[in-house]
Amino acid sequence: MIGTDVKPSVAPGVRLGGVSFVWRPWLAFVTCLLAAAAFLVFCLSIGVGDFPIGLPRVIATILGRGEHVDEFVVMDLRMPRALAGLVVGIALGVSGAITQSIARNPLASPDTLGITWGAGAVAVFGVTVSGGAAAAAVDSVGLSAAALAGGLCTGLLVYFLAWRRGIDGFRLILIGISVSAVMEAITTWLLATADIRDVAQAQAWLVGSLDNRSWDEVRVALWGTLVLLAVVTCVAFQFKPMHLGDDIAAGLGVRYSAVRAVLLLCAVLLAGLAVSAAGPVAFVALVAPQVAMRLARCPTPPMTASGLVGALLLTGSDLVARTALPVSVPVGVVTAAIGGPFLVHLLVRANRR
Amino acid sequence: MVAHSITGIKTEAGDASRLAARGVTVGYGARTVIDDLHVAIPPGVITTIIGPNGCGKSTLLRTLSRLLKPAKGTVVLDGEDIAGLRTRDVAKKLGLLPQSPVAPEGLTVSDLVARGRHPHQSWLRQWSSDDAAVVERALAMTGVSDLAERPVDTLSGGQRQRVWISLTLAQGTDLLLLDEPTTFLDLAHAIDVLDLVNDLHESGCTVVMVLHDLNLATRYSDNLVVMRQGSVLAQGHPRDVITTELLHEAFGLRAKVIDDPVGDRPLVVPIGRTHVQLAQPATKS
Repeated sequence: MIGTDVKPSVAPGVRLGGVSFVWRPWLAFVTCLLAAAAFLVFCLSIGVGDFPIGLPRVIATILGRGEHVDEFVVMDLRMPRALAGLVVGIALGVSGAITQSIARNPLASPDTLGITWGAGAVAVFGVTVSGGAAAAAVDSVGLSAAALAGGLCTGLLVYFLAWRRGIDGFRLILIGISVSAVMEAITTWLLATADIRDVAQAQAWLVGSLDNRSWDEVRVALWGTLVLLAVVTCVAFQFKPMHLGDDIAAGLGVRYSAVRAVLLLCAVLLAGLAVSAAGPVAFVALVAPQVAMRLARCPTPPMTASGLVGALLLTGSDLVARTALPVSVPVGVVTAAIGGPFLVHLLVRANRR
Repeated sequence: MVAHSITGIKTEAGDASRLAARGVTVGYGARTVIDDLHVAIPPGVITTIIGPNGCGKSTLLRTLSRLLKPAKGTVVLDGEDIAGLRTRDVAKKLGLLPQSPVAPEGLTVSDLVARGRHPHQSWLRQWSSDDAAVVERALAMTGVSDLAERPVDTLSGGQRQRVWISLTLAQGTDLLLLDEPTTFLDLAHAIDVLDLVNDLHESGCTVVMVLHDLNLATRYSDNLVVMRQGSVLAQGHPRDVITTELLHEAFGLRAKVIDDPVGDRPLVVPIGRTHVQLAQPATKS
């Protein structure tokens, strides 16, 4: 046999007590770097404003050792917005990593799977239509919860329509895009027939924004995201063989239908929470996993790194939107403007290599 | 590799089979592909399922590996009904290589083969020194140690198939089910892969595979299962099974069966409509 004398390079393992895992230094390094960068931008974004606070004072305040004046500005006024950016970014990044892994296709993201526009259509319905049982229902639960429900229902609808003795990536994406188009059409129709003042409010919601977040709004997104991330972490181990296809996964003892259903539900809920907290912020869920994959040199989207890239992209874009641009622009516009070229750059560089 | 496990030899019915289908009926939706089929896989030999296109070969293999659930009947693995076992426990006993699997772009050979350890791992224990040793052995046995750091998508078809077999070996089972392991390979690479399968058999594995090529099936297996229209037409050693009558009955193929000049098995020489002079030598002499 060939090559039996050469020692194969199997990834080294790390053991800590009863816990063992594969040691991937580069992935660990990139993840730590991304986490540090996201935290730095998060602190910077808190420091910037009409009453500027220096970075060391922001960090001291977050750690509970700040001055009283700073505490009010940092914790009560600016923290909700910055935290919303972080949480929404992580939720979108992880959601995109899950959908892209399940469909084994980079085109699959909450945007193309109908979740974003489903949530958007329900939210616009809530803003523009008054009277009637449905509008009363939206009013009673609040706009955010209604948007979340809209995203969830559309996501489940796409899943069940795409299900035919299993899930095929292309079929999922095609049905997702079709359902998205219908939801988009409904949104446009609602906007066209609505009162002009409502339209302005709905438009502002539709581009995605972190303006005027309150602690109450952020708290729901924060806890919801934490719970969902815990579920994803538990299931992620069972998901690993599924990158090799359903048959291989089944052969390796994975109940892939159950794992996929749980993860897809988590992805839909994460995206729904994000949309309900910040509106449909474009492009983060699509671009973050792809950027994370290339930075970490992984063949499949790494979950943690994808979430961190999402957080970095969203908080960074929000910071740019508030400081560098002459007019105030919604964050969704900046995420697309920064994320798009960066992904193109990574793809072109990979082609030249 | 764990070899010569005796657990499988004694089953309740007393037949010496590791794996058996008992009266299974399998279909997709309303379409029945396999109807009331009985087959027993003897331990320690290579069993090859052959038959015309669409006769249910792959469906049978998928049913035996629990990928498909039969509508009627049972599949018995080491004396137990496979439907009652946990998926994970099945994966510890039975390795499966499906037809033409695809790896994500950029995944390295060693990472792919390492996934074969999944049934033996848990959320907390994701990688142990045992795992590393088994993966290294699986890479060495299939002769792909040199390629360990290469991305799977940069390899040739033959190398790639060795890597996938290596993944199945890393699973550490002595029962291997291979669905058309030579598809898309040229003859030299097909022989190469089948020699590897024979090595595995000699190291103690029980192998069940589906092959298209009759002569390769005859050469490399000790037990042939010939299927037609969802049922077993004949089963046994190639010398007993491969006859002109059977080939005509199973495939509708006119062929001559001669002695393999380099082996001790029969050789199938098909008779088509062209380029045939010696089809009926009896009439000439």
